[in-house]
Amino acid sequence: MIYLTLFWEFFKVGLFAVGGGLATIPFLYNLSEKLNWFSVSELTNMIAVSESTPGPLGVNMATYAGIQAGGFWGGVTATFGLVTPSLIVIILICHFLEKFKENKTVQAVFYGLRPAVAGMICIFLAALLSVVFKEIKSPYEIITSSVLFFCYLILVFRFKCHPIFFILLGAVMGGLLG
Amino acid sequence: MIYFQLFWAFFKIGLFTFGGGYAMLPMLQKELVCRGWTDDDELMDYYAIGQVTPGIIAVNVSTFVGYKIKGLPGALCTLFGIVMPSILIISLLAAGLTYIWDLSVVQHAFKGIRLVIPALLLPIIVKMLKKSLVDMGAVLILALAFGANFVLGLSPVWIVIGAGCLGVLFSRIKGKKA
Repeated sequence: MIYLTLFWEFFKVGLFAVGGGLATIPFLYNLSEKLNWFSVSELTNMIAVSESTPGPLGVNMATYAGIQAGGFWGGVTATFGLVTPSLIVIILICHFLEKFKENKTVQAVFYGLRPAVAGMICIFLAALLSVVFKEIKSPYEIITSSVLFFCYLILVFRFKCHPIFFILLGAVMGGLLG
Repeated sequence: MIYFQLFWAFFKIGLFTFGGGYAMLPMLQKELVCRGWTDDDELMDYYAIGQVTPGIIAVNVSTFVGYKIKGLPGALCTLFGIVMPSILIISLLAAGLTYIWDLSVVQHAFKGIRLVIPALLLPIIVKMLKKSLVDMGAVLILALAFGANFVLGLSPVWIVIGAGCLGVLFSRIKGKKA
């Protein structure tokens, strides 16, 4: 029974949270008030853990909240509840797009969307950099971070290594120098 | 075999995505574009659609790619792939491994990773700007999208909808001139 409720509640979160991980937070607050699955302070803890662990933020939070409410299978149920609306909606849109791919208006829409997406990625980059530099506390860190960042840039532009290589390199350098 | 490849590619993407959404772009590019499963333009279209449709952007994009390549079974493979790392890692954490996350060396490693992600994104942004800025109309849309999000703090949902409308409008104007 708890699984059915979990699936349904997270199905609704997936259906109404438009715009990614952070959009799910208000819904989770609502859930914590409505059903006693987890407290608000537990929720704050969940957000912190979900942000620093691998994987999409929204998925991490659904899994975490589900586990709090109903153990491992609760986590699995909540996650699949969250992603089911995506599956349905995306398949519908795919069908529509396949049919209207050659349509002039559809092509004009995508001509407008691409630069907007490029702009939003630029903003995402600025937000990431501001988080990184807000964490810096000492002049020593300013120097090491700037030098490291510059080196990463050269490496990324110069060599076409897999991103995993760079992420692991970043983790090792962070662990060594931090 | 293709199903396992799809699952495995998205498992890796989920495992090495920190922050979700656009942060998984470098991984997506390496795993999908380099294999010829999709191209940069399509990837931007997926993001635009993922942003206005219900659900987590990362999940929407994954489902979209899977469905495009191999239909419903493909979509299920990419979906399982992207959520599996979250389920495994969060379950381990909930089972009492939280203390690992409190270790200072782990915290430093995460800090190191956060410095790498912007460097990984930069070449992709340059490429996407080059591809999407095909004329003055596109430049104007980029500027408006950037301003609306950065200055006015408008939700990406409205930006995507607005950009689509402007795309249609600009294409009509161009059509009349030609």
